[in-house]
Amino acid sequence: MSGYLTGVLVVLAFNVIAAYAVYLPLAAGQLNLGIAGFMAIGAYTAAYLTNEMGWTILPAVVAGGAAAGLVGLVVGLPVLRTHGIYLAMATFALGQVISAIFLNLDVVGGAAGYPVTEYAPPAAVFGLAIGVVLFMLLLSSTRFALYLAAVKGDPTVADLLGISVRGIQAAAFTLGAIVAGVGGGLYAHHFSFIEAQHFSVLLSVFTVLYVLFGGTQTVWGPLVGAGFFTLVPELLRAGDQYRYAIFAFVLILFMAIRPQGLVTTAMLRLRRRAGSAA
Amino acid sequence: MALLEVSGLSVSYGRVAALNDVSLTVREGEIVTVLGANGAGKSTLLRAILGAVPAKAGGVTFAGEDVSREPPHARIARGLCLVPEGRRILISLSVEENLLLGAHMRRDTEAVRREMDAIYGRFPNLAERRKMLASCLSGGEQQMLAIGRAMMARPRLMMLDEPSLGLSPLFVSKLFALIRELNAEGLSVLLVEQNTTKALAVAHGATVLELGRVIMAGDPKALAADPRLQEAYLGEGAAAPAPY
Repeated sequence: MSGYLTGVLVVLAFNVIAAYAVYLPLAAGQLNLGIAGFMAIGAYTAAYLTNEMGWTILPAVVAGGAAAGLVGLVVGLPVLRTHGIYLAMATFALGQVISAIFLNLDVVGGAAGYPVTEYAPPAAVFGLAIGVVLFMLLLSSTRFALYLAAVKGDPTVADLLGISVRGIQAAAFTLGAIVAGVGGGLYAHHFSFIEAQHFSVLLSVFTVLYVLFGGTQTVWGPLVGAGFFTLVPELLRAGDQYRYAIFAFVLILFMAIRPQGLVTTAMLRLRRRAGSAA
Repeated sequence: MALLEVSGLSVSYGRVAALNDVSLTVREGEIVTVLGANGAGKSTLLRAILGAVPAKAGGVTFAGEDVSREPPHARIARGLCLVPEGRRILISLSVEENLLLGAHMRRDTEAVRREMDAIYGRFPNLAERRKMLASCLSGGEQQMLAIGRAMMARPRLMMLDEPSLGLSPLFVSKLFALIRELNAEGLSVLLVEQNTTKALAVAHGATVLELGRVIMAGDPKALAADPRLQEAYLGEGAAAPAPY
């Protein structure tokens, strides 16, 4: 594999992981606009553990995910009392606060950034991305996926059916934070350097875009969305400076024509029926 | 034997009292109907019985146990269930997934499977569309699905909130036949309805609410003939035609 191709695929893998971190709460109807903050928690926690405490990468990355999940749970319980645009604003602010804390935390380099000694090869990144996708596929065949759909579709009815709406929302939010934290932890060890500025609003917003573009109805949406956003700008390199303009135009056009996202439930059902008829 | 005993139940939304000292009883095997105009507190009563809205005062006893402090899922596990107004099926899920959600607290997978097949047997239209999105169903089929979903929890008492709302006359007749049938099989029913004639015809007991209070209760046949029932819906003096 050429260095260029490997580089693109690594970015794709990180984007896929991030997309599922956003997808999980979104599947329960909550927009988390602060996902970059949870990645930062995972990244800095894991990096600190390998750099200063002599941990190996695997447990450090797991601990990064756990730290992000813990913050997700503790912060999520009050934050999830808000809904819709207010939840988006609250999580947006949360992401900013986390990023600002790391920017001023001198023990992990502050504004100068934080070099990471231990190195995780591309294979580890691919492995994690595949693992996350498999985990999501597994999850989509369990009751939990039904609960998510019920809570998103009609929280009132979910409540009347005896589903703990707040519990499911908190679980989805926390699980998303864990995925983001694990992704962040590996990110730190692959690129060997992290800085708070990387985990910005822009990263959060882009990740949300992958998911909305791919579609939130099925578990395949985030994968397709992240793939599209990572690979298409690469293919448009021939367009030189204009490629982002072309890409933005395609995006606006697409959202106008197909606001439900690329992959929908109806589409998958149609395919399945065509498959069984053949 | 009293299956459901509601005593002195009061519910407030902020400073607005929605229910005030409401009591009623459903005995095992009975159909009891709750009537009243819009805003009388009928839906609130059903939700409070399930525990989905907090009661300010009063209690709910189910099958001899005080369930007043229990959350909805615990009451559902005991055999209470609510088919909400407007059916509220989940249109992003398939027919079968909607049914499975009704059984989400049960772990006896095989029995769930059998009962699902029984529901498909009862509602062949649902069986044909089991893998399709629930949004493909007609209003009547959606009502059948909502009832089927509630049955999957294996209820002893089914609370139905305005099940005939928005259905064609043909389906309304089918619906009331279904309620009778389920009742004959041993299910107790608490029925909130706008269609007073049909509701009183199937019920063994009736309660009329007005602005959150019980104003009449008793034998449905006697109530059907009582002019005060009409007043409860249309206001006092409504029985006399308005002069032109």
